[in-house]
Amino acid sequence: MSLKDKLVSSFFAFEDYIDADSHIHDIRSAAIKNFEHQGFPTKKDESWKYTSLNAILKEDYCVFPKKENSVEFKDVKRYFIHDIDSYKVVFIDGIYSSFLSETTHDKYDICVMASAMNKSKYQPIMEAYFNKIAKTDSFSSLNTAFAREGAYINIPKHKEVDKPIEIINFSTGNEAALMVQPRNLIVVEENSHVQIIERHQSLTENAVLTNVVSEIFVGKNATVDLYKIQNDKSNASLIDNTFIEQKRGSQASVHTFAFGGKITRNNLNFYQKGEGCNSILKGITIIEDKQHVDHNTLVNHIEPNCESHQDYKGIFADRAVSVFNGKIVVEKEAQKTDAFQQNNNILINDNATINAKPQLEIFADDVKCSHGCTIGQLDEEALFYLQSRGIAKKEARALLMFAFASNVLESVKIPELKARITKLIAKKIGVNLGFEL
Amino acid sequence: MLYIKNLYAGVEDQEILKGINLEINAGEVHAIMGPNGSGKSTLASVVAGKEEFEISQGEIFLENENIAELAPEERAHKGIFLSFQYPVEIPGVSVTNFIKTAINERRKAQGQEDMPANEMLKKIREKAALLEMDKRFLSRSLNEGFSGGEKKRNEIFQMAMLEPKLAILDETDSGLDIDALRIVANGVNKLRNDNNAVLIITHYQRLLDHIIPDYVHVLMDGKIVKSGPKELAYELEEKGYDWIKEEMKTA
Repeated sequence: MSLKDKLVSSFFAFEDYIDADSHIHDIRSAAIKNFEHQGFPTKKDESWKYTSLNAILKEDYCVFPKKENSVEFKDVKRYFIHDIDSYKVVFIDGIYSSFLSETTHDKYDICVMASAMNKSKYQPIMEAYFNKIAKTDSFSSLNTAFAREGAYINIPKHKEVDKPIEIINFSTGNEAALMVQPRNLIVVEENSHVQIIERHQSLTENAVLTNVVSEIFVGKNATVDLYKIQNDKSNASLIDNTFIEQKRGSQASVHTFAFGGKITRNNLNFYQKGEGCNSILKGITIIEDKQHVDHNTLVNHIEPNCESHQDYKGIFADRAVSVFNGKIVVEKEAQKTDAFQQNNNILINDNATINAKPQLEIFADDVKCSHGCTIGQLDEEALFYLQSRGIAKKEARALLMFAFASNVLESVKIPELKARITKLIAKKIGVNLGFEL
Repeated sequence: MLYIKNLYAGVEDQEILKGINLEINAGEVHAIMGPNGSGKSTLASVVAGKEEFEISQGEIFLENENIAELAPEERAHKGIFLSFQYPVEIPGVSVTNFIKTAINERRKAQGQEDMPANEMLKKIREKAALLEMDKRFLSRSLNEGFSGGEKKRNEIFQMAMLEPKLAILDETDSGLDIDALRIVANGVNKLRNDNNAVLIITHYQRLLDHIIPDYVHVLMDGKIVKSGPKELAYELEEKGYDWIKEEMKTA
């Protein structure tokens, strides 16, 4: 049976198992129909032209694990940014782990989707925001159909969340092959501020396919900083669908650190629905072997006087393949838009591939839009400069790669996270630089 | 100190250096002058070990050891320093961290421990003062956004920190105003002693007013065609290079 058929036929059992009377039953039913109609995307679809899913769709995934698995904290401690005090919403094989989590209902709600779906006190927020900006494409629909668990975060007006929130999804490998579909809803109301770190981590070499949808609402003058750490095992794949709606004067930033996994696809969508919004999209991708990372971004400028800044750096070795497809749409009303997109890539050797495709669709006449894309090798002159100072070639190359990515790293606002990412990069490029960068 | 014997080098099919012979003793300052495209910067790069250039013939000795086959970093560890005409910008790495790395990499190659942090700090302060560099300068990213003068001063600061046996200054005077030129020259002069040597590569005589060479060589079409005392530099400044060409023809 194909994965599509398996998912469609599992749907009724899934709904029966959780709660067929749930108020989002209609949304789920419509979504599974939508998925059934579309099927999985293929390379014939324009936006999937450079990413084939054949290798990951042929696995015989367990599509809704019922069994609760557990992991010891000591075995997963290193995946937390443990130097800092943080709220933690942790899932193991798609099921919430109260043992590893630290949630709150004190000044704000940082908890889980399953309870938000079932308890009436969350109903107003759920009705106002759930599935309101997620697209109806194949993967998003599929996620909606199976939406059960994920992080539910609601920050009311005028709140500065006192510590970052870590959303971590572990897969244990207790199922031979596992598909999980976390569903996150993040509603940050007027004038509030929150920092979120999101990670998907497989703990074994078994095949894992994660299809995650995050809907994020950023209220008037609110700020949301989201950091995605994608450094998974070689048999773990991730389809990340993130939708961000911004109200007037708000700021939203997403940093994506893509350092590994089998196939990683980031569908990152920003919708500016108010004047004076600022959207920031930054990424560092460093991959090797046969890893594949596909960044597909959309910034939709709908209202006037908004800004967007995109800066993606990529370093590709061996037979790694990457895609950067960055789309900026400036609608007719969005005068005085300032949109900037930068995508720089280094190919370490001849077999690595980058497919870069900037797309600008501008319907307003008084805007500032620019984009730049470079593909190159490490600068030989710079390499010689470092070597002439006594720094060996391997370290010199590492230093240059680090320098190349450094401005994206600079904008990470959580110092412990920045130190962690720096270490991950140093490990990725295989050197000890002899000093704390 | 440095002995270059019948050196031929170039890129792919194009020979740039065509039989260079040069001997520099400890304690000496030599200047190489010559018109554009004569091979001056190539000579500097070849001695420092730039891999782009192929040596087809000849040898380069540093203190009686043939270094022609060594990697640039190995030559640096043995005491060669090249001050670049166009120093490279390295964002995200501070001047201090960079120089610490360079010093400790050399110590590692020589089987020594890292330099103790307080000793390093003291040395950095001392050498920065010599080049009249501001403290804030040291925490900036290496060469990023530096003015031409700042870049050159930073080169000589690195030279002061690394204390090379042979320093090659490639067009160090280009892009310097008169104050920066004085500071840079003063720095180089203070670093000179009986155990090291300096090779200055320049278009103009003005740097040589500040750093007085023992010998001046004229490089033309990949060969040293004339050598003489420091007065030769004045003669070149005044008369250009054509008279040497004439001299060569007559010879």
